[in-house]
Amino acid sequence: MHVSMHVERPARDPRGGALATGHPRGLRKPTMALTQSDIDVEIADLQNAHDKSQAGGAPARHHPPRDYAPYRSSLLRHPKQPLVAVNGGDPETVELSGPVFGATDITEIDQDLTRQHQGEPLGERITVSGRLLDSNGRPVRGQLVEIWQANASGRYAHLRDQHPAPLDPNFTGVGRTLTDDQGRYSFTTIKPGAYPWRNHTNAWRPAHIHFSLFGDAFTQRLVTQMYFPNDPLFRYDPILRSVTDESARERLVAAYNHDLSQPEFSLGYEWDIVLDGPSATWIEEGR
Amino acid sequence: MTSVPEKLLPTPSHTVGPFYGYALPFPEGEQVAPKGHPDQIALHGYVLDGQGEPVPDAILEFWQAGPDGSLAGAPGSLRRDTTTGGHLGRNGTDFTGFGRVATDADGHFALFTLPPGNAGLPYVSVCVFARGLLHHLFTRAYLADGADPLLDSLPAERRATLLAEPQEGAHRTYRFDIRLQGEGETVFLEFQ
Repeated sequence: MHVSMHVERPARDPRGGALATGHPRGLRKPTMALTQSDIDVEIADLQNAHDKSQAGGAPARHHPPRDYAPYRSSLLRHPKQPLVAVNGGDPETVELSGPVFGATDITEIDQDLTRQHQGEPLGERITVSGRLLDSNGRPVRGQLVEIWQANASGRYAHLRDQHPAPLDPNFTGVGRTLTDDQGRYSFTTIKPGAYPWRNHTNAWRPAHIHFSLFGDAFTQRLVTQMYFPNDPLFRYDPILRSVTDESARERLVAAYNHDLSQPEFSLGYEWDIVLDGPSATWIEEGR
Repeated sequence: MTSVPEKLLPTPSHTVGPFYGYALPFPEGEQVAPKGHPDQIALHGYVLDGQGEPVPDAILEFWQAGPDGSLAGAPGSLRRDTTTGGHLGRNGTDFTGFGRVATDADGHFALFTLPPGNAGLPYVSVCVFARGLLHHLFTRAYLADGADPLLDSLPAERRATLLAEPQEGAHRTYRFDIRLQGEGETVFLEFQ
């Protein structure tokens, strides 16, 4: 089903430099309110199409397609031309190397989101830990891991999140760390709440933590979201469902790990992250 | 005999969403060139959607060779203040090769850097993240035209989308717009 998006289109030349003032693009309203069941039908159709192509022998699809219509914001923000392949066989390709980070780029308490204010944040304290690996299973060492998240009530410390849930003066929801020699990262934080958004009427995001990851090569760059096990909102969420391969979706869900839980302190969740994309190291090894 | 390690399946990408603004940008993210460096260049432009509208909630990352051609980079892009927990800005001498810039309410970005000294035509690698974009996009801003395996593989109209345009009357300033969709759509890359 197509919904026309009545978007004003002021006549102006972006190359001319004289742009009109900005508009809150995020608040475009479709002409009719879409219900969750409208979105469910679209999600199911795309899931069926995916499953059929898999049954026909198509290669597994690990990443979401960029043109996933149930996520309405993707409509005007995905390229229609196919990506152009760059053969990574040339070791001088700039993207086969990548940015590096070090001790100056983080402070010690960046990995503990519960200690960044005078008081303790409200919510269920958790430890989130795992390994950052390349697709050959090798640890990615000394690289920057950044996270951001809503508070326990499902509210982001962001001006644009104005939904009626309380802010927590003791929680911002931003963390950073460097992976260790085993590629391991660890954060102490609180479990984020689910929150509503305006993709369609009664749209709710399952609780998640945003992750930003660097590999040894810029090609390995990844931004993604980690979910918590058994969230009843999974099936309704067009962002999670944009990953149409079921086992790939499962790789976005952390596992509860009792050994990571700390007595009288926090519950432990384990989540390993695997980066793809070629790197200079691969070429050196004759790939 | 060594066993071939089993390939691990990648963690899927997800959109950066609308709320990265208090987490990912950092002071001087756009100032890759040491401040006051005489060779500084500006690379700037707009990120536009499929209707030619500016995208005010995109965040761009830039990676490039140093002026000497080095691809080693250096730490210190988001150097921190251990007293306050805030940011110190870059140290003013090291060239980290990495920049991160969020678009403003007009969809505009500007990067201040040094000319890349990579082999072949000089270019800055660009990675685009945005609300609505489920998987980031790579492109390149070439600062000169000429023979290049990627550029030469493209029809003229598409090739032009990768060429940053020197701006007349503006000192060492290049214009590079990123069109996510539709007319004049930027060439986006995949690495194999």
